[in-house]
Amino acid sequence: MSRVFIALQDNENARFIVEAIGEDNPEAEVKHSPAMIRVEADDRLVIRRETVEEKLGRDWDTQELQVDMISIGGNVDEDDDSFTLYWNS
Amino acid sequence: MSVEIKTAEITPIRQTYGHTKRRFGDKPATRYQEASFDIQPTTNFHYRPMFDEHHELYDTGYTALVMEDWYAFSDPRQFYYGAWVAARAKLQENTESSFAFFEKRGLGARLNDDVRRLLTRCLLPLRHAEMGANMNNVGIAANAYGTTLSQAHMYHGMDRLAVAQYLSRIGLLIDESPGALLAEAKTLWMEEAAWQGVRRYVEDSLVVEDWAELSLAQNLIFDGLLYPFLLESLDARLMEIDGGDIAILTDFMGDWFKDGSRFIDALFKTLAGESEANRVQLTRWVAHWRSRAVEALTPVAIDADIELDAALAVLDKRLAKLGLLETH
Amino acid sequence: MNAKTSKRLNMKERYRIMTRDLGWEPSYQRYEDIFPQEGFEGIKITDWDQWEDPFRLTMDNYWKFQAEKERKLYAIFDAVSQNNGQMKISDPRYLNAVKLFITAVTPLEYNAYKGYARVGRQFGGVGARIACQMQSIDELRHTQTQIHAMSHYNKYFGGMHDFPHMFDRVWYLSVPKSFFEDASTAGPFEFLTAISFSFEYVLTNLLFLPFMSGAAYNGDMNTVTFGFSAQSDEARHMTLGLEIIKFILEQHEDNVPIVQQWLDKWLWRGYRLLSIVGMMMDYMLPNKVMSWAEAWTMYYEEAGGALFKELERYGIRPPKYADQTVIGKDHVSHQAWFIFYQYGHATAFNTWVPTAQEMDWLSEKYPDTFDRLYRPRFELLAEKAARGERFYNDALPQLCQVCQIPLAITEPDDDTLLSHRDTVHDGERYHFCSDGCRDIFHHEPEKYVQAWLPVHQILQGNCGGADMEKVIGDYYRIEMGEDNLDFEGSAEQRRWAAWKQAV
Repeated sequence: MSRVFIALQDNENARFIVEAIGEDNPEAEVKHSPAMIRVEADDRLVIRRETVEEKLGRDWDTQELQVDMISIGGNVDEDDDSFTLYWNS
Repeated sequence: MSVEIKTAEITPIRQTYGHTKRRFGDKPATRYQEASFDIQPTTNFHYRPMFDEHHELYDTGYTALVMEDWYAFSDPRQFYYGAWVAARAKLQENTESSFAFFEKRGLGARLNDDVRRLLTRCLLPLRHAEMGANMNNVGIAANAYGTTLSQAHMYHGMDRLAVAQYLSRIGLLIDESPGALLAEAKTLWMEEAAWQGVRRYVEDSLVVEDWAELSLAQNLIFDGLLYPFLLESLDARLMEIDGGDIAILTDFMGDWFKDGSRFIDALFKTLAGESEANRVQLTRWVAHWRSRAVEALTPVAIDADIELDAALAVLDKRLAKLGLLETH
Repeated sequence: MNAKTSKRLNMKERYRIMTRDLGWEPSYQRYEDIFPQEGFEGIKITDWDQWEDPFRLTMDNYWKFQAEKERKLYAIFDAVSQNNGQMKISDPRYLNAVKLFITAVTPLEYNAYKGYARVGRQFGGVGARIACQMQSIDELRHTQTQIHAMSHYNKYFGGMHDFPHMFDRVWYLSVPKSFFEDASTAGPFEFLTAISFSFEYVLTNLLFLPFMSGAAYNGDMNTVTFGFSAQSDEARHMTLGLEIIKFILEQHEDNVPIVQQWLDKWLWRGYRLLSIVGMMMDYMLPNKVMSWAEAWTMYYEEAGGALFKELERYGIRPPKYADQTVIGKDHVSHQAWFIFYQYGHATAFNTWVPTAQEMDWLSEKYPDTFDRLYRPRFELLAEKAARGERFYNDALPQLCQVCQIPLAITEPDDDTLLSHRDTVHDGERYHFCSDGCRDIFHHEPEKYVQAWLPVHQILQGNCGGADMEKVIGDYYRIEMGEDNLDFEGSAEQRRWAAWKQAV
């Protein structure tokens, strides 16, 4: 078992994204530090477009993540509907 | 000098970086100046490249041309990354709304077969040529000496990737079964006799080692002939067969070409203006690549039932203005 | 939204058409003439189609997102320069970290730009080529945003004014310079292994997050902002690093030992390079973020652990000498600062003895080493300085032939003994700081014998003669009394005090 993580700049957008992550990944752990929010989970973390759109109340492209994301750990799988981080081991 | 600051003033102790000051004088510098001039390492390189032991990591010898100062070239658009990306985001936004308009109105479905056929035979194969242009310009960015030359080619190279991608989107947008027309166009690119001259030109350019010759073959000559052909002659032909709506989608290419030409003209003006030797060398390259480009594009034009002459006249006028056209 | 323009195609298929499908099999020129660098390292690529695109970013979205980032960034730069933002900084000693950054790191960003442009032309696989091209322009972005971020500070503080000139010449800057040129002069696959994987994926968090948090804790708005903005590109780059390694390893089993040797080499080289970051964190930040040892534990040992576990399936083991980095984490920052302190007349920044309070922090963070080994040294130096005998070392040090750091680092198994290795090659004796650096030399001696070692060059008269004042002032362009020497009594300190009265 290994930890995957995503770190986002702490801004308005990120708060909604983190809320969506929490809903879709109940076991994920959210760590706040100055100017940055880090979300960690064991082996796998999924960000779903639908959930983020619901939180934001507007259309959201999974690639918009790239504006606020500052670091990641894990393999990436990205498509129209979700952005997933995972380890195989 | 620290003593005089006892006053209530917070005064700068210098106006700009040392290298910027030595080049432009002791005054506040523009963002383009600070980000572009004299920032590339110049000396005390540790190791020779394993892939090319005849050159230093950054070497003026990647072209036969000689310049006393490789920062003599300055991009008239003053593009550093931020300025470039802002200009392109604006272009993208406009293009996006044109594409959205075209799609929303269902203009793709309204095109007649002649228009679709002409676009497939004449425009869509160029996405591969644009990929070649991307590779050439990025390669020049790697080899050209000094940041002003290098970065302008890098932006130009990424622009070409964008053009290739927009052309692909046009292919998808006018297609009943997305991907089929692009596949057909790729087969033409690979196999059709009319396209082999262009493909050969592009592949031959990919092995040109001298970056200045390559920029000339690609950006000045090939594009200088191709774009006027597309923007004027093909556009007119499309109008004739009731395909004028396509201009909504290709409009960005005209804006982009105009913008890019300012850079390319300034580049060759600077290189040729340095010395008679440079000018002679450039003229020789022009003679070679110009006739090859004409030879390459002629069958494509014939196939589309369009004359190449008007486009060639545009190119020749440009070359003459640069003093690079051999007159017999 | 353009991603949904063609509803019948999903993101992956659409991206395939927008990138890979643009390429073709050449027939008028040979593949190996178009991509001459792909083969010479012995890496076997059987099928570029197996490449997994790390991010499926097309140019339209790239422009859109990047322009948004740039808008936000430059708005902050403007605000800082319009409001004397430099006066919000915690303590003028902090600026020395910024001076170190622009002279040592910004030129690396430029080298990365050029290196990725080369690889972004040289790979036969379209997907990999384009990923490298995007990284290339991102690196150019980082170079230029850093120059612009520090442009305002340069107007008020020393040490930044001639960063490109200094990068090519100043003794300690040959450490980052030789590191990156080592990668840039290697083949394309080694370059990516070195920079995308070992540096970006494994070590970049150690460079950026400490610098950025340090900036945040010390009131440096410009650096925080460009740092976070750059990091948002970095997430893309890290993914490229992981993909390239997996791709090379999956392509052919013969690639595994080659990659393993690169991983061993580049972790060690990166670790040595980051000594300056360790020193910056522990000694140069007036308001501390975390210690170097804590950062190494969190970002290398924990995050790197997950990564190397992932690579085990390919037959990859953790890098050789990784255990020595764990031992070294309690020493390296102290030893590095001690070197810079002694040679503080030849640095483009000020140096100082830590305050009593700072030493207490170091004791707490380094319970096994600081009080025993380093506190006595700094207390002695403080006493001498108080007597008006600030210590400067005029003897030129012996440098490691590979990492180019002075031989002033201790043995992994004996922290009272300086580590020193040597070897004879072609009748010449070469010196190293460690087994790691000596191994690197042995693998490619013909490369490392070429190294431009600053001390040798001074002794050979290639840096403006034998007079050190001339070397420092004329050759390095370090302004005596303005850029260098102890912070106590410096021009920076005096000016700051005057400006503070004005605010």
